[in-house]
Amino acid sequence: MIKFVLMVNRQGQTRLSRYYQPVELSRRAALEADVVRCCLSRKKEQCSFVEYKDFRLVYRQYAALYIVVGVSDAENELSVYELVHNFVEVLDKYFSRVPRHQIMFNLDRVHVILDEMIQNGHVVETNRSRVLAPLTALDKMADG
Amino acid sequence: MKELMVRAIYCESLGYEASFSYIHAIKLAQQGAGLEKRVGYLAVSLFLNENHELLLLLVNTVLKDLQSTNLIEVCMALTVVSQMFPKDMIPAILPLVEEKLNHPKEIIRRKAVLALYKFYLIAPNQVQHIHNKFRKALCDKDPGVMTASLHIYLQMIQENPEGYKDLTASFVTILKQVVGGKLPIDFNYHSVPAPWLQIQLLRILSFLGKNDQSVSELMYEVLDESLQRAEMNHNITYAILYECVRCIYTIHPKSELLEKAAQCIGNFVLSPKINLKYLGLKALTYVVQQDPKLALQHQMTIIECLDHPDLIIKRETLELLFRITNAQNVMVIVEKMLEFLRVSTDDYTTIDLVGKVAELWFIETMNTVFSVGGDMMQPDIPNSFLKLLSEGFDCVEDDRKLRLFAVDSYISLLHGEPGKLPQRFLQVISWVLGEYSHLREELEPASVLRLLEKLLDMKQTSSETKNWVLMAMTKLCVGGASVSVAQQVSETYISSMDTVLRQRAQELQHFGQDSEVRTRVLPRDTDLENTIFDVDSSLSFLDGFVSEALAAGAAPYKPPHQRQEELAQAKALSLEPYGLSLPISMSSCSIADRQSPTPLSMSSGLSTTLKLDGVKRVWGREGYLVQRESVEETAQVEVPSPLRSPSQQAEANGSHSQTPTQTPTPEPEQEKQQLAASLFFGLSSQSSVCLMGKSGPTSHRFRRKAKGQGSISGATEQTSKTKLNDSDIKGSDPSLSEDSGLVAADSEDMNPHEDPERPKDLCLSSHLPAELSGLCHSEISPLCSIQSLDLSACHVQKDDSLVLVIFIQNSSDSAIRQIPLDLDSDELEVMYYVSRVSDSPVEDVRSHDVAVYQYSLTVKRPSVHVEVVGTVSCPVGTPQTVRFSYKLPLTTFIRPLTLSTEEYGTMWLAFSHDTKQNLTLISDDPEPLTATLSVLKRKLQLHVVEIIGMEGILACRLLRDRPCLMHCRVHAGALAVWLRSPVPDLPDCLIYHCQRALQED
Repeated sequence: MIKFVLMVNRQGQTRLSRYYQPVELSRRAALEADVVRCCLSRKKEQCSFVEYKDFRLVYRQYAALYIVVGVSDAENELSVYELVHNFVEVLDKYFSRVPRHQIMFNLDRVHVILDEMIQNGHVVETNRSRVLAPLTALDKMADG
Repeated sequence: MKELMVRAIYCESLGYEASFSYIHAIKLAQQGAGLEKRVGYLAVSLFLNENHELLLLLVNTVLKDLQSTNLIEVCMALTVVSQMFPKDMIPAILPLVEEKLNHPKEIIRRKAVLALYKFYLIAPNQVQHIHNKFRKALCDKDPGVMTASLHIYLQMIQENPEGYKDLTASFVTILKQVVGGKLPIDFNYHSVPAPWLQIQLLRILSFLGKNDQSVSELMYEVLDESLQRAEMNHNITYAILYECVRCIYTIHPKSELLEKAAQCIGNFVLSPKINLKYLGLKALTYVVQQDPKLALQHQMTIIECLDHPDLIIKRETLELLFRITNAQNVMVIVEKMLEFLRVSTDDYTTIDLVGKVAELWFIETMNTVFSVGGDMMQPDIPNSFLKLLSEGFDCVEDDRKLRLFAVDSYISLLHGEPGKLPQRFLQVISWVLGEYSHLREELEPASVLRLLEKLLDMKQTSSETKNWVLMAMTKLCVGGASVSVAQQVSETYISSMDTVLRQRAQELQHFGQDSEVRTRVLPRDTDLENTIFDVDSSLSFLDGFVSEALAAGAAPYKPPHQRQEELAQAKALSLEPYGLSLPISMSSCSIADRQSPTPLSMSSGLSTTLKLDGVKRVWGREGYLVQRESVEETAQVEVPSPLRSPSQQAEANGSHSQTPTQTPTPEPEQEKQQLAASLFFGLSSQSSVCLMGKSGPTSHRFRRKAKGQGSISGATEQTSKTKLNDSDIKGSDPSLSEDSGLVAADSEDMNPHEDPERPKDLCLSSHLPAELSGLCHSEISPLCSIQSLDLSACHVQKDDSLVLVIFIQNSSDSAIRQIPLDLDSDELEVMYYVSRVSDSPVEDVRSHDVAVYQYSLTVKRPSVHVEVVGTVSCPVGTPQTVRFSYKLPLTTFIRPLTLSTEEYGTMWLAFSHDTKQNLTLISDDPEPLTATLSVLKRKLQLHVVEIIGMEGILACRLLRDRPCLMHCRVHAGALAVWLRSPVPDLPDCLIYHCQRALQED
């Protein structure tokens, strides 16, 4: 089960965070800093999975952007690792004309996409076109 | 407003609370349109948790949107509902959501199912009535809706697999279709059909098939297909494979599939891709729980992974090892875990986790090992345990926790029933408490002392254990209350018969009074590693004292074996004041001896001639260990110097003047070493064991003497007389022994007093039981007399046992009934031996007859001489009890052990107790080595395994089957002997007898 999804830049600043288990706001910052330190300190050739307290972190780097997913022990880390990639592919498809570093200026849309894919810590949709369907419909509505 | 809301979201994600915007988020969701509404809902779902009161304000908006004709709005409402919704308000919208299950649009149906899933998660009771609708969703023509329904099913099946067995076939069919590529192409991810759906289905199947053969059988085919289909070299296929393997190992096993799965795992583990390796190890961890043998196939990879630079791989490997831990590998695995702890000092959380596992597990395992293994195990196990505790690891915090845990668990054990714990465990407990109980601050030292005192008062506590306990108390007596307890205890034991105990009690008393001395002698948290550096192993600081003593006319220092030898020859010497010193200096001197044949040269010599596999490495290490240990043994010698209190010095001087014959030089040394040994108690295995084990012979010798003089006057005289007959009888005239029955019948008429010497012995030997009479027996020596009863004894060496025969001769005119005879021994196990001739313990002796008692003896603890102590009382007349003792050399328990050189080689490496010494060589023979070894063979019954050039190997066993191996090498005109055995003290005792045998020759 997925506990949270974080998107952070190389400086360790949080760009996006989504928790699937209640964590107090005050504790989030400390947790995120810790988690990010864990992942940023690791080298390329090292495993993409890290043990952190009583759960595991799965992280993937895209240029300056790190996506870190906290999962429970029983989760299949590799499938989450690929899910992250799937998520990024969906983002790529949607923001096809937007450079990656500017994706963060569309935070709301990233959130909407993420919500379509993961709910309550479970993967609910991975079909790219279906993930994007509600968002594109909204965009069309706004356009005309 | 939308932009502001996004900024508020961003603020919150940076950790700044934006609670002022919550209400605006709800407003935006209510009033906005299109994307604005969506952002409003998004902000609500991010800001609020399920119990937030503002969430109630959202219900109306959701209701309105669910009824909207705009599909996008319905969709948004369902999305937020499936993310969060107040539990109490579910009934308000449930009918609307249910209605959406029949919506023509798949996205609405899918979202409705997900909303119901959320309802099921937060309030399962409220959706119970729509279970059949879930089934409908499962069979929905759209794969997306079906996928969504799987979440509900996974959850429900996890909670109650029995209720959904009938759905197995459906899930299998779905999986088959997915694997077969029947889904629309847009479900593919990197051309793998709906991988996450497959994973989900596999999880459901593993829940269903667990412990259910018939259900599992439905799955075999599709699982097999999944395994084969997933040959594509992409991460996601491996993720599916992992899930597949996990499923195969969870459900009812099918060997064919297991094999394939195992093979699959092999590919994972061997993969150069680190993520795959990780997953492989994780799968293996899973798999070995069912089939530990599988780990064997991959053991080399596992070993490699243990040394992997990536911590998570190591961690996972340890997890794997943890699962395959058994009694044999527990130590190694614990060691590896501790190693891991050491490496990961900077990673606090990892330490925390692993530390807990290791601590709990290690101490608890050791507790079990101690309580179960008890006194039967070798003393180096508790010693190495204590060493581990005291040396600790590199992490201070971890050490502290481990020790603290040990202290806690031991305290609770002592609060329980300490009487049931084995002695060795009690010793370990008292050492740990003495050393580390101060770590637990809220624990009063006085209360620990009282617990320890309880141990002292228990009947079954051996004196060795009492020593440990007193030592611990000495370390603990700080503060008012504890000092008074300590004083009380020390007063009890200061008059103890046991010299060692007395010594400890003295120490306890002095340290209790003078805390300054105490802190100097017993510093807290002694760092062993550091003390070693300032050790003067040559004891040069004593040189002045030695030369002074020599100038004063004292005899030069003699090594203990030489001294022991002299003592053995001059038996009349009073040994009392030195009762303890001998064995201690023994350990110290063996250090010097060990150095002479350098371990390296020996190992190289052996490895070439004897072809012992891997001998070089192990011996090299052992050699290193031995040296280090020897340094440790003397390590504390310097420490006690300030402590020689006037009283002790006076005591020392006093005893010195009393016995001028004894060499004075070693004495202060001994005293210090005695302290060193006590300070070091439990840290170095050899010295403490020697201390206890070796004190046996000397004290016994003394006791026997006293008794000989006290209870049976004239016994010595008798012994010397019977000695004359020794050779006659020992030869065992077969004719005489064989018709023992005749003689026994006649003996009734014999009056032993008429012919007190030879005939008496003869008639006694004729009483030997028939099955023993053919064997050679020792001289029959008188034990004691009590009223009209005369007790004599001899021992008979059989191939597989040693039989002690006790004769009770009744010289009175009336039969004496029921003679209580008790035998006991510190070193021996005495068993009443029921022979066919005398089938019950002889309880009465007719007048002028002889009763024969047979006992089979086995050595519990080797000692140079072993002794059986017995009591007998005469039931006639005034009740009177007489003690007697019978002493045997250890050699009577030694039998040859026939081995091949190869067997010898493997056994040699396995044994932990060893002794090295140089012995005299029989030099007048052309073949000195062969001649010397044949003497040993003849006299001590050693088996000569092989003689190669200047080296020879011998083997023997201590009854019944405890081996001792001997390696001899001619070196500089002497015979360098190295003995090894799994039994502590056996090598030391045997080398003593070898020495005697060679000198007598």
